[in-house]
This record gives sequence, C-alpha cells and structure tokens, in this order.
Amino acid sequence: MWYYEKKLQYPVKVSTCNPTLAKYLTEQYGGADGELAAALRYMNQRYTIPDKVVGLLTDIATEELSHLEMIATMIYKLTKDATPEQIKEAGLADHYVSHDNALFYLNAAGVPFTASYIQAKGDPIADLYEDIAAEEKARATYQWIIDQSDDTDLNDSLKFLREREIVHSLRFREAVEILKDDRNTKKVF
Amino acid sequence: MYTQYKYWRPYISPNDPCPPIEIKSYSTPPHLYIGFQPSGLPQFQTAKEALKKGTLWPQLYSPYPNPQKRNERS
Repeated sequence: MWYYEKKLQYPVKVSTCNPTLAKYLTEQYGGADGELAAALRYMNQRYTIPDKVVGLLTDIATEELSHLEMIATMIYKLTKDATPEQIKEAGLADHYVSHDNALFYLNAAGVPFTASYIQAKGDPIADLYEDIAAEEKARATYQWIIDQSDDTDLNDSLKFLREREIVHSLRFREAVEILKDDRNTKKVF
Repeated sequence: MYTQYKYWRPYISPNDPCPPIEIKSYSTPPHLYIGFQPSGLPQFQTAKEALKKGTLWPQLYSPYPNPQKRNERS
C-alpha cells in the first residue's frame, strides 16, 4: 500500500504562458519513455525479480509516480487558462476537440498510451537491462524537451527530473551487480 | 577522470542543403563510470542544495545543458 503526501517531490513553476510546451511535455506523460510507462514497468516487474532488488523496483516505481504528478502539474498549468484560440495556435486543437483541457495519456504526437511500451521478460538480467535503457531514454527525452523550452523555471524542474533518471540508472546498474555477485555462494573448483 | 560530454565531427558533404554543424556532442553522465556507488561519498552541504541538484552526492550530479557548450551551430 502507499501513503500519499499532498505535495510535489520538487516544486513546479511555469513562468511563461506557452501551451506548446504542454504538447512537448506530454511525451513524458503518456509516451513510450515517459513516467507512466516507467512506473508501470517497475511496479509490474518487481513481482518476479529476485527479492534482493524488489525493494529497489518498488521505490523507483513510486518515485516515477511522483514524477508523473510533476509532469501533470506542468501540463495543467500551461493549458488551464488557454483559450480555444491559443490551444489551436499551440497545435493542440486535435487534443482539444476530444478532451477539452483535460490531460490524457498520449505522446507528443497524440498517440495513446499502450502497454506494449513496457516489457516483463521474467529474466532478471533482461528486465534490469531494459530498465537501465528506459532510464537513459527518459534522460535523453528530458534533454530534448529542455532544448525545445526557453522557460527557465520549467527547465529547472526538468533538470531535476533528468538528474533523477541518472540516479535511477545507477541504482539499476547496481542491482545487476548485486545479482551477478557470487561472493556468498560456495564455489567448488 | 572522465568528462560529462563527448564530441565528434560528423562527415560534411559539399552538397549538404543546410549549414553544417561541425562538432556534435552527447552526454556521458557520471553514473556510467561509477559501477557500484561506494559508501560514504561526500554529500552536498545543505539539503536545499541537494534537492536543487536532484541528488545527495556531488559526484552524481550531471549539468544540462552542457555548461561548456561549444559552438555547434556553425
């Protein structure tokens, strides 16, 4: 079970009225390498991973949900006061006609989220290597969003999220080292 | 010691339609070189700075965009 803390993991401040940024951020909301995919991937893989690293997957999955919440806050702030005309100028008219200003799990190109974005092979090494790759892809996605954004306050939060991907990747790499390690087994030569 | 960014020169054709970017770069953050984080690494002085940086340990911090960005536009 979870306890919910009614605050964001890191403050989210948006300084410019620029709904187009919301469109780009949607990639991290419902995209293949987004926070939803990450949270669901780890939360599901943890059942069949060796118990030494179950806690790690639970912790990281939980943190990904808090990142999802930050991304949602950014998208909401950028679109909540936009008029239909501004939405149209931002290239979000396709989204608007179906969802109004509601958030939805799509990628930046409007493709709905699908479970095929994630994997659970059951092999611990295969699963952890996928998790490492997912973290690096999420890190790269944050880089490209920062490159497209000139909102310094928003970028501050995005830089925080990018750094977290780096820390998560290191933790998954350590998990691989833990599962490779044979110090505690009897070796017969 | 490692660097957080690597640089390379892509091939430039005399027939390229756009002005070439002569030097391209990519990010190689610290975690690629750590393997298994040793215990007792020095931490940031304040919790506020650690939150701002996104990590407790200066050795894990990766700046973006590249603070020493070379001219990749010309």
